[in-house]
Amino acid sequence: MKKTNIDEINRNIYDIKNKDSYDFKSQKGLNKEIIEDISKQKGDPDWMKEFRLKALEIYNKLELPTWGPDISELNMDDISTYVKPKSKLNSSWEDVPDDIKKTFDNLGIPEAEKKSLAGVGAQYDSEVVYHSMKEDLIKQGVIYTDMETAVREYPEIVKKYFMKCVPVYDHKFVALHGAVWSGGSFVYVPKGVKVDIPLQSYFRLNSPESGQFEHTLIIVDEGASLHFIEGCSAPKYNKVNLHAGCVELYVKENAYLRYSTIENWSKNMLNLNTKKAIVEKGGQIDWVTGSFGSKISMLYPMSILNGEGAKTEFTGISFAGKGQNLDNGFKVVHNAPNTSSVVNAKSISKNGGKCTYRSLVRINEEAKNSKSSVSCESLMLDDISISDTIPTNDIRNDDVEFSHEAKIGKISDKTIFYLMSRGMSEEDAKAMIVRGFAYPISKELPVEYAVEMNNLINLELEGAIG
Amino acid sequence: MSKLLEIKNLFVNAGEKEILKGINLKINAGEIHVIMGPNGSGKTTTANAILNNPLYQKKSGEIIFEGENINDLKTDEIARRGIFMSFQLPEEIPGVSVTNFLKYAKSKVTGKPVKIFEFKNELKTYMDELKMNPKNMDRSLNVGFSGGEKKKNEILQLLVLNPKLAILDETDSGLDVDAIKTVSKGIEIFKTKENSVLIITHNTKILHSLKPDYVHVLVDGKIVKTGDASLAKEIEENGYEQYKK
Repeated sequence: MKKTNIDEINRNIYDIKNKDSYDFKSQKGLNKEIIEDISKQKGDPDWMKEFRLKALEIYNKLELPTWGPDISELNMDDISTYVKPKSKLNSSWEDVPDDIKKTFDNLGIPEAEKKSLAGVGAQYDSEVVYHSMKEDLIKQGVIYTDMETAVREYPEIVKKYFMKCVPVYDHKFVALHGAVWSGGSFVYVPKGVKVDIPLQSYFRLNSPESGQFEHTLIIVDEGASLHFIEGCSAPKYNKVNLHAGCVELYVKENAYLRYSTIENWSKNMLNLNTKKAIVEKGGQIDWVTGSFGSKISMLYPMSILNGEGAKTEFTGISFAGKGQNLDNGFKVVHNAPNTSSVVNAKSISKNGGKCTYRSLVRINEEAKNSKSSVSCESLMLDDISISDTIPTNDIRNDDVEFSHEAKIGKISDKTIFYLMSRGMSEEDAKAMIVRGFAYPISKELPVEYAVEMNNLINLELEGAIG
Repeated sequence: MSKLLEIKNLFVNAGEKEILKGINLKINAGEIHVIMGPNGSGKTTTANAILNNPLYQKKSGEIIFEGENINDLKTDEIARRGIFMSFQLPEEIPGVSVTNFLKYAKSKVTGKPVKIFEFKNELKTYMDELKMNPKNMDRSLNVGFSGGEKKKNEILQLLVLNPKLAILDETDSGLDVDAIKTVSKGIEIFKTKENSVLIITHNTKILHSLKPDYVHVLVDGKIVKTGDASLAKEIEENGYEQYKK
């Protein structure tokens, strides 16, 4: 059968570049002076400045990872780690400078805020330019603000939790993050408070040859619940951009957190992000992830189930096109009895794109009567694309139910013929099969995001018939 | 009566292998035709050749639909012109519900947007007639369906897409008596004076309730005999032996 030739897509709204205008852009590279400069620009308290300098020392000592995709093209001497946009933090969209506001308008953020969100944060390059939350949540004691405000106004909480879940020596890019972090969101949900409508933070990197290093710290206290959504995108430049964010999630006793991500970085981005959650007794963290962008991604969210009966579910999809190497996965550590983890990971690769599912399931000795079930499925749309599964299972007690299932598939000519006999073009047929494949993931997203994900799939599959 | 489909001296290969060796067939609007034949005689190839499945290559001959040669049209274009094929082994599409699939297919075949409420009512009525579980509307297309459910689902698609020519490839095979009756009923609901049905089968059970105008016997890639409904009865009794070389 004649194969459909799929051109590189027009990423339309995501690719609109604004002029690279800023208040302050750090010198490219990394050294003590640059870190001190960033710290000064940000008005850090002393303890944070010292933290940054210590992180830099650790960064200099750590080696690059010896596994996974080749990231040797990354040269920190070419990257500006801090780009301060020409905007202060605003609580009304009216006050956000026009060009920046227009970017978020195009991405539908203010619209989504009106319709379906309880609070919104918007970061442009290195700083958060907008933050707002519904009045009733403020009254219930919910805190949702940018990370800098949190450092200033809630130093005790921040000191207690900041880079404790993800320690600064975890790996080289976490150390880098510790040294240059800027922006991100801080959320605290008090005991018993159920936040029914999601909060969302959106991260936009506009400046070329720069990095984004936002820090997200969320604490969901006992019996509370929250759905947090992060979205990210950037216009495409010829040179490498770097994203090394850090997400730390604390899910207390019987609390619930759902953390959803729609990642659509441009295809010159190295996405070296680190996300971890610590879950206490009876608590649950659910991850939902759609990963479409980036040139190289190395992202393995991790759930640490520390309390008895703690649970986690990971539902994720990666979509790699030409020139993309998405090395994504999930890690879980069972540290207590009766804990459970469920993984449903999918990947789609086309035009020579590469998707790898890399995972760790570790069930420790004390985690008696625990369960883990992992299912990963990949779909390759042509003969030149690559899919790989690299699981590590480390099970240290016998009283465990564990299953791992991996499937790799292609779209068969028979299926395409069947759909074409129902009046669909070859492209329509492929898009329908791919949307169906992604459906178990997209149905976990709020409806607006499921629609966005389907649009992304359609965009990715659109193109001239060869 | 106006001519709907005409096949002229059609030769078709599957890869290197010659399967059809000169088929001739004329179907007028309003007629029910049956092609019968033993396994491997070229029945399914005939259906696939009409829909221009790229796995089968036409070597010579013509397929004329409503006066136009459709030999080289793409399958989706042929479907949009009004030819439908019920598959012997329908494909499974995980994550796409029966409702969404058919709504999309209908919009493609008709070229018009489908009104969801009207459409759902239409679907319910047909599913009722076909004794299908209404819950199947929301299930992924054909995933986990029994053989009988899949075949009924094909007939449901026939009713919704309402083509001019319905080709039913072994729709009756593997079905129990009750299911065959239901499928026949679906074909009766579909059938009008304007449209036509081509039934491809290797047994005769379905012909007990459907009255064909013509029966063709296909053996080794050629139609060796054409007759009326009584020919089917004869084959039921005597088999294909006498037609084999």
